[in-house]
Amino acid sequence: MENKLRLDIVTPHGLVLSEDVDEVAATGTEGEFGVLPGHVPFITTLKIGMLVLKKDSKTEYVFVSSGYAEVSPDKVVILADSAERSEDIDVERAKAAIKRAEERLRQEEKVDFARATAALERAAIRIQIAERRVAR
Amino acid sequence: MPGLKEIRKRIGSVKSTKQITKAMKMVAAAKFRKAQTRILELRPYADKMNSVLTSLAKTVETGHPLLEIRPRKRIEVLALTGDKGLCGAFNTNIMKAAFKLIKEMQSDTIDVSVSAIGKKGTDLLKRRGLVTRQSWLGIAGRISYLNAKEITGDIIENYINETFDEVILIYNEFKSALVQKVSVVRLLPLAPVKTEESEVQEPAASFIYEPSQQAIFDNLLPKNLEIQVFRALLESQASEEAARMTAMENATKAADDMIASLTLQYNKARQASITKELMDIVGGVEALKA
Repeated sequence: MENKLRLDIVTPHGLVLSEDVDEVAATGTEGEFGVLPGHVPFITTLKIGMLVLKKDSKTEYVFVSSGYAEVSPDKVVILADSAERSEDIDVERAKAAIKRAEERLRQEEKVDFARATAALERAAIRIQIAERRVAR
Repeated sequence: MPGLKEIRKRIGSVKSTKQITKAMKMVAAAKFRKAQTRILELRPYADKMNSVLTSLAKTVETGHPLLEIRPRKRIEVLALTGDKGLCGAFNTNIMKAAFKLIKEMQSDTIDVSVSAIGKKGTDLLKRRGLVTRQSWLGIAGRISYLNAKEITGDIIENYINETFDEVILIYNEFKSALVQKVSVVRLLPLAPVKTEESEVQEPAASFIYEPSQQAIFDNLLPKNLEIQVFRALLESQASEEAARMTAMENATKAADDMIASLTLQYNKARQASITKELMDIVGGVEALKA
């Protein structure tokens, strides 16, 4: 496998993906980054976001919630709290989550603000990724 | 020889015991399948987490408090057991290993403290007259990540406060439905992973850290510890249900054997009494004839 990257995405709920790809782009806490084969060793924390992988001429989208990425020249390991490929995203559930989070944010007293916004963000990005799949 | 009535009664009671053990086996089997799926799903993540840390530790020079090795003055032994019995040697094995370890380590210069996860461990320690530093009950059966977080939080806090200088965890590792292995691991200090290769002093590719090495470590080390504890909890859970399944299977078989031998005894006794009655009648007839 010359000039390919091994991409492993693992979560506490199992291995989500393990494939040889050409290019990976993900959202780190310090901003988005792209990885091509031969990248220097690199480690970063991830924030809730979208991971884009290019394989041959296909592009795939994966939802990744916070975690870590370890990049070495021929391999990318993503350790995420949760991750879903675009086709596995449950849009209905995400929409319900948005509603719940918004309601929680509206009641002003004693809301775990950070948690609610994180839930909102996760759901919004899930939907965004899922919609990309439909658009194609 | 016990009378017919007593034997019949005993057969009845063994039969109802058998029903219970059989039901417990079914319940354990169902719980076991769930627990097994969970641990099998978590393992790749825990392994990857460990390997990321290993490759990081090779290049790191900073003295993070959780990596630092201090002279051992006080060692914490953490025994992970279940809340319930009737699962064969599951809990006993853990406690045996724990007592052995405590005995080995305790010396004039080293103090050992114990904590238990699970009611059985707590009880067994109490019976031995040992005071638990901390005990977590009611976790088994519905393990969540929060349990691991709570336990890890306590350990880290006490480690940083220098309440103890080393933490050792003893738990049942799940190998298969039939095999569970008692496993003893050091949780803290996070082993600055043995790097035999690093002696070559080949400048192991240094990492680019984002945001910073310190931030990554502050984040990753406790997380890794949580995952290791969480993994141990799930391993133990799967092992417990597997052990219970086997124990109940054996109990059911033993009950079957017992019923068979009691039935034999019952039939023998019944035959004997019939023969005796017959003899009496024949004897009576003979006496009348005479």
